Amino acid sequence: MAVPIEYYLLLSAFMFIVGVAGVLTKRNAIIVFMSVELMLNSANLSLITFSSFMGNPVGQLFVFFVMTVAAAEAAVGLAIIIALFRNKQTVNIDEINILKW
Amino acid sequence: MTLEIILFVFFAGIAAVTAVLMITRNNAVISALFLVVNFASLAGLYLLLNAQFLAVTQVIVYAGAIMVLFLFVIMLLKPEREKSLTGIPGMKIFAFAIAFMVFVQLGYLIFFTAPSSTITPDVEASINAGTIETIGRELFTNYILPFEAAGFLLLAATIGSLILAKKKIE
Repeated sequence: MAVPIEYYLLLSAFMFIVGVAGVLTKRNAIIVFMSVELMLNSANLSLITFSSFMGNPVGQLFVFFVMTVAAAEAAVGLAIIIALFRNKQTVNIDEINILKW
Repeated sequence: MTLEIILFVFFAGIAAVTAVLMITRNNAVISALFLVVNFASLAGLYLLLNAQFLAVTQVIVYAGAIMVLFLFVIMLLKPEREKSLTGIPGMKIFAFAIAFMVFVQLGYLIFFTAPSSTITPDVEASINAGTIETIGRELFTNYILPFEAAGFLLLAATIGSLILAKKKIE
């Protein structure tokens, strides 16, 4: 463990804020969705870092469940995007505002 | 410079650069491919952290299954180029300012609290924690209920996405 824990956490923080910037700036629903996956992965990196440095396997189990939820979320989210595209012929999140009053 | 530091700089550099490239490309397919490289380099970092099982799972589930699904949907829908999509003016500057501020705060917190001064890494325990044997034993004894719940979640997601994506029956 030659690399201190701080640098792993700093990389995780960097990937998280890149994901936040992607969600806020992108207008394509699929790329917004990919940025969310990036944020999920940065959280996974933090969990594995702490789990490994403390020698406790529970953090890695949690990452396993996060991956399960991410897979389910990706399948349902992309199905929603396909259904939206079929109705409105666009994936621009500014035009998909039927829930806005 | 040990091999571990060299490998960390290599994988962390790839992960950081591909993350930035992913959100700056205009073409959705190229963004997705950069995200695949990002996930693969994360798998390398997991190996450095002695999490062998999750490194393999990361490649199979994320870089494999989830990204294939993304690429499939992108090529199915052929979404417009990002440039032709107009957002709220000034949103970009606001977003990057917020992101930069949060990053500075997180970096300050990480180095100010200095977790490496309180956590003494135990290499032996760390190697034991990452093996498929340890994770499997935990998963099928203490965490059997969440494991079964995850199975139900996947079933619900399969049925849900089938119903959502199919055409309406007249």
